[in-house]
Amino acid sequence: MIQLAWLIPVLPLLGFAIIGLGGKKLSKGQISLVGCGSVLLAFLLSLGIFFQLHGQSEVVKVASWFATGRLSVDFSFLIDPLSVLFMLIITGVGFLIHLYSTGYMHDDDGYHRFFSYMNLFVFFMLLLVMGSNYILMFVGWEGVGLCSYLLIGFWFKNTEYNNAAKKAFIVNRIGDLGFLLGMILIYVTFKSLDFSVVFKGVHDNAYNQSIYNTIGILLFIGACGKSAQIPLYTWLPDAMAGPTPVSALIHAATMVTSGIYMITRSSVIFINAPVASEVVALIGVLTAVFAATIGLFQNDIKKVLAYSTVSQLGYMFLGLGVGAFTGGVFHVMTHAFFKALLFLCAGSVIHAMSGEQDIRRMGGLKKALPITHLTFLIGTLAISGLPPFSGFFSKDEILGHVYEHEGSGKLYWVLGVIGSMLTAFYMFRLYFLTFHGKFRGTHEQEHHLHESPKSMTVPLMILAGLAAVAGFLGIPNAHQHLLYNFLEPGYGYAKTWIEGPSHFGGEELKLMLIAIASAGAAIYLAFMIYRKNNVLPKEKEEDMPKIQRVIFHKYYVDEFYDAVIRKPLDWLSEMFYKFFELKFIDGIVNGIGSGVKWMGSMARYVQTGSIGFYLFAMSLAVMLIFMIKFF
Amino acid sequence: MNLTITEVLFFVLSAIALISGACVIFSRNPVYSVLYLIVTFFAIAGHYILLNAQFLAVVHIIVYAGAIMVLFLFVIMMLNLNKETEPHKPAWIKIAAVVAGGTLMLTLVGALKGADTIALKQPNDTQIGLVTRLGHVLFTDFIVPFEISSVLFLAAMVGAVMLGKKNIT
Amino acid sequence: MSTMLLDAGHSAIQVIPISWYVTFSAVLFGMGVLGVLYRRNAIIILMCIEMMLNAVNLLLVAFSAQHSDPRAQVFVFFVMAVAAAEVAVGLAILMIIYRNTKTTDIDALNKLKG
Repeated sequence: MIQLAWLIPVLPLLGFAIIGLGGKKLSKGQISLVGCGSVLLAFLLSLGIFFQLHGQSEVVKVASWFATGRLSVDFSFLIDPLSVLFMLIITGVGFLIHLYSTGYMHDDDGYHRFFSYMNLFVFFMLLLVMGSNYILMFVGWEGVGLCSYLLIGFWFKNTEYNNAAKKAFIVNRIGDLGFLLGMILIYVTFKSLDFSVVFKGVHDNAYNQSIYNTIGILLFIGACGKSAQIPLYTWLPDAMAGPTPVSALIHAATMVTSGIYMITRSSVIFINAPVASEVVALIGVLTAVFAATIGLFQNDIKKVLAYSTVSQLGYMFLGLGVGAFTGGVFHVMTHAFFKALLFLCAGSVIHAMSGEQDIRRMGGLKKALPITHLTFLIGTLAISGLPPFSGFFSKDEILGHVYEHEGSGKLYWVLGVIGSMLTAFYMFRLYFLTFHGKFRGTHEQEHHLHESPKSMTVPLMILAGLAAVAGFLGIPNAHQHLLYNFLEPGYGYAKTWIEGPSHFGGEELKLMLIAIASAGAAIYLAFMIYRKNNVLPKEKEEDMPKIQRVIFHKYYVDEFYDAVIRKPLDWLSEMFYKFFELKFIDGIVNGIGSGVKWMGSMARYVQTGSIGFYLFAMSLAVMLIFMIKFF
Repeated sequence: MNLTITEVLFFVLSAIALISGACVIFSRNPVYSVLYLIVTFFAIAGHYILLNAQFLAVVHIIVYAGAIMVLFLFVIMMLNLNKETEPHKPAWIKIAAVVAGGTLMLTLVGALKGADTIALKQPNDTQIGLVTRLGHVLFTDFIVPFEISSVLFLAAMVGAVMLGKKNIT
Repeated sequence: MSTMLLDAGHSAIQVIPISWYVTFSAVLFGMGVLGVLYRRNAIIILMCIEMMLNAVNLLLVAFSAQHSDPRAQVFVFFVMAVAAAEVAVGLAILMIIYRNTKTTDIDALNKLKG
């Protein structure tokens, strides 16, 4: 079965080709069948491989790509516990979201376009996690960036959406430069880009630690771009311009986790790069808190979830930075479940509200959308970190390792708990404002309120179930931490350094209780403000206090980037155009033309028309020839 | 000076040719130029005889002095050219022309003065200029060019007649 | 003297070195060039071209005598034929030019001035 692993990315690719080429000629039913079916088949294949896997790590070579001089790269896939886990998440959650989209995008004209792009995205994402060398990973990396652009700007007739798509792609690109430089440094150091060769190289040789640190930081810059960390996170909230299933799949469950995957895959390098790991952890925790504060005051349901995603990604990087690779991956898994669930619920709400996304216009939807309400509540509980839901276990695992981290561990832990409290607060703010209280929308919207069709609610229920129970894969106990046992053999050379599962001792218990208590306090506060006292978010900006306005405007980061980076670049390009292009290059080109014309005008004086002159010239020439020949 | 008759004849004929050649160039009246040129041709024909190229000498007289010069004379007469209507170049051009022509002359002489060193084929066959021998070569090795030259004359004839016709417009 | 002239057994080349012929031919040729450059009358120019041709013919015959090769004399034969044809056509063209410009001055033919 493992040898058939190459089929897994090929199936969505075929789906893309069939739907892309068939286009409007296929019926919606056929498109749904092909689109969802390809991902489902890929999921079943991944499942099969999962059952066959017993901790080994195999490389399935499909074809050799190129071999030039010193570098040879193959199309080969690495099947080990880490990649299989990600494959399952991508295809599993992906399939549920595809199923959901058949309902959500049902009335859209670009139905076929949507599913072809989604399948293409799944293909590239699988390529990313299955590649056995950095180049194949980079191909997938770029590919998901492309699909993200295509899907964010899906409703391309709106210029703002197009701008959001461009922003996503360009900010990604900045990160990609870091990734590329990291790859180049890896190649220069290890003479290869293949994982096995590189990691063996790290294990066998004692290179200068500064090389590992540099590689680590460069790779992390790439991860910042893809996984929306400071300072390259600004694209993610804008990316909410795309359809909600896109936000769920790409910007919650899969693409944004590719940075996590990349760093976990390169764990061997980061183990040997303390400075880089510290940077990862620091940026992670700062992002976690920073984004959470912004999420407190947003009024668009999807924007709240977007900032929440940025914040949760920060937690994952925090975990990776302190060496808790399993914890980070665990949080990826649980986050995929509950964040996808939350986004799909949001989509369900938006669908019911006929396109309204402002929570100030919602309220009291509990009665009209029972299933959505229940699943949303489960997702909110999961993300707030309350047991027995999955978010509690994964977040706690990370925070436990953070506390034990030497040096800045305690500080990070405190910040992490603060972020956790903020998370719980704003998520429950969102919950209360959307589903409780009086309905604040228009009469028209009230008329159309209805629960979503089965195609949309069934994935919600499945995801809710997963969000509820997935935590039990990681019970803090050396024997029962199933996830750790599964992943551990795959860490290869990093095995001896990676943090084991947390121990269920006294210290741990204290931390857990503090976390639960703080989350509970935040939820109670949210309840008091938004449910009991029915406080509503301010309508107009002028009513907000100064600090709140700054946070509401996302700390004016976008404006800052605009002034500091974009304007000087625009000025520079204008200068280049005015001077280099117009004066210099055009001058040269036009100058050549006028030079030739000038020479021609000089040369035409030879054509005097006088036969006597021509005869002279002839005899002169003959003379010259004779002279040159004979003398 | 122990000159043989042949050498004397060579010098005399050369002098006649060169002097009348100069008179061709510097004479004002074009009719005189034609006449001087005929003298030059006769001198050249004398050279041919010296070299025992008998057939060529006769042909030379017939074609050049007999046909071509007569043609020139006809044209000059028809255009009614004489001393008054002769166009003259400005003086400096004449000087430049003399200089150029003279330089070319010197160049040629200097370039070709080494021709002596070419080995001669012995024994010297002096009969090649006779009619029978020349005709033999002409009609065996060069029969094709001979026939083609008739086409050439046809073309020249047609051309001359076409060009010379008066357009009736 | 007459017997010496018509004696088929002698050729001047046995006595006169070839370089004299070369020099003479070169001078005659140079005079032809001089004439072409010196005169403005198109007819005189054509005549000087004939002079040049003659110089070349003479040289050819001299070399033919030197190398005992009759083929050069055949070449001269053809040169004369071509010269005749060329003069015929040239003079015809001259006639037309005279009809159009009423003069034989070559400086009147400067319409191709750049």
